[in-house]
Amino acid sequence: MSQMVPMPLNYLNYDEAVAKYEPTLGLEVHVELNTKSKMFCSCSTEFGGEPNTQTCPVCLGLPGALPVVNGKAIESTILIGLALNCSIAPFSRFARKNYFYPDMPKNFQTSQYDEPICVNGYLDIEIATEEGPKQFRVEIERVHMEEDTGKSLHVGGATGRIHGAEYSLLDYNRAGIPLVEIVTKIVGGTGKYAPQVARAYVSELRDILRSLGVSDVKMEQGSMRCDVNVSLSPLDSGTLGTRSETKNVNSLRSVERAVIGEVIRQSNRLEAGERIVQETRHFLEESGQTRPGRSKEQAEDYRYFPEPDLVPVAPDSGWIEALRATLPERPSARRARLKAEWSVPDKEMTSLINAGLLDVVQETIELGAEPIRARSWWLGEISRLANERDVDPTTLITPTQVAEVISLIQNGDLTDNLARQVVEGVIAGAGRPSEVIAQRGLKVVSDDAALMLAIEAAIAAQPETAERIRGGNIPAAGALIGAVMKATGGQADAAKVRELLLKHLGQ
Amino acid sequence: MAAISRDDVAHLAKLARISMNDSELDHLAEEMDLILGAVARVQEVAGRDVPPTSHPIPVKNVVREDLVRPSLTPQEALSGAPAQSEDRFKVPQILGEE
Ligand SMILES: [Zn+2]
Repeated sequence: MSQMVPMPLNYLNYDEAVAKYEPTLGLEVHVELNTKSKMFCSCSTEFGGEPNTQTCPVCLGLPGALPVVNGKAIESTILIGLALNCSIAPFSRFARKNYFYPDMPKNFQTSQYDEPICVNGYLDIEIATEEGPKQFRVEIERVHMEEDTGKSLHVGGATGRIHGAEYSLLDYNRAGIPLVEIVTKIVGGTGKYAPQVARAYVSELRDILRSLGVSDVKMEQGSMRCDVNVSLSPLDSGTLGTRSETKNVNSLRSVERAVIGEVIRQSNRLEAGERIVQETRHFLEESGQTRPGRSKEQAEDYRYFPEPDLVPVAPDSGWIEALRATLPERPSARRARLKAEWSVPDKEMTSLINAGLLDVVQETIELGAEPIRARSWWLGEISRLANERDVDPTTLITPTQVAEVISLIQNGDLTDNLARQVVEGVIAGAGRPSEVIAQRGLKVVSDDAALMLAIEAAIAAQPETAERIRGGNIPAAGALIGAVMKATGGQADAAKVRELLLKHLGQ
Repeated sequence: MAAISRDDVAHLAKLARISMNDSELDHLAEEMDLILGAVARVQEVAGRDVPPTSHPIPVKNVVREDLVRPSLTPQEALSGAPAQSEDRFKVPQILGEE
């Protein structure tokens, strides 16, 4: 954010903006399916291959090549539709979306237009507010199938990495990977909660897609991408404002921030008497603001028409019901179950969900950690360290590493204090917990003889305190325990020190 | 009345990134209008009982198993490309988009 530009005096902040304007949302999520082969050909979908090693006449759009749709991709899309409470269309077709841009070698993207495979669903979400949990229903307009585009590398020109000639280099490995687009209807009535509702929707959707096993749903790697539409209208006006569309928002946090950024930007434009331009904008990760994309000279004009090379998809009820029977536990039901199994208080459960820590905590517990310890490490120390670094806690440390640390605590090999140092070491990149422990010599001093030496030294330094304990003043032991802990650099087990000390002083 | 105007053709040419001179635009507008006229006559004949057809044979649900088969080599893939570099297709940069 450019701090050099002074804000006008009447500049609205978020709270002021939503006190005057009602935000309306629309969310479009693109998800790459995790099929082994592409949507319309048998090329591999493997990520990270050498350029143009995963192409064929079909995905290169060579003359005469005929596409055949991937049955698994259709089933995955129907599953997504069913999980989102959609109706599955008895008849659905592919369409050509025509545009001339080299990221698609065919000069069109095979998509669906007026006959999508799933329509009219909804997703119920819950957010935590200062007045307790609030539920919202996000209605789904459609779920349709399409294909991903190739990757362009721009050389030269304003956006290129090398100056000089202006050209683009195309790798079509990604062209034709199955993509599903999930579009909401207009989401209104959220008021000031619009950013949290947007985030909760994308988060719940991600959980559902993950539970269905149809996609990797890695937002950071682009296998799940979100376009956020925001418009504002004056409170109680009953009108709809002009929307902006922020493209490719690639984390849950960014979804929330993009909505906040747009509400603030649009409200201040409206306050200044300016109009909102319907446009595509890009999200700026650093500032949380958006910037306009280059405006297209033409309004979108894709001249869709039915794809003559592919036959219609007409799932019968037998096929649909067979798929419905395989639907896994809904993430919301799973959360209720885990909450009961781990006996988590409401507030803590909400924190775990909002922080996106449910999966890692579950994994940590499955690896042998006590539920209460797994929860408190992820929500406490690890989240604190993540906040300091402004990153997602799950990117700092793995459930396996956390489970290893907790198992060492459970076995008495680490105190909480030592464990914190181990976790910090792991996060700092010093290696696995066992390696950090070895490098830094972070072992609990449980050797009685070593502890007794420290205890005797502490008694010698504070003879009066020792006398009081001998006389029955047990709380006074705290001072001596503290001294021993200090002398052992925090590596002693405090409970053990207390036990030895009291015994030594005849208590 | 012409179903397609010269401006329509100019618009399509722009979308297709094909440069056309005035006489080409005139010529194509006339030709496309004839084609559309012919198609429109077919449409008049089709009754309400004839659904719009996108495929000549009434088949549905033709799907492929999700199996990977060998792709072309990059050399094969690029063999028809007018220009290439670093195993990639090399194309003129299109401005106005990202
Ligand atoms: Zn292919």
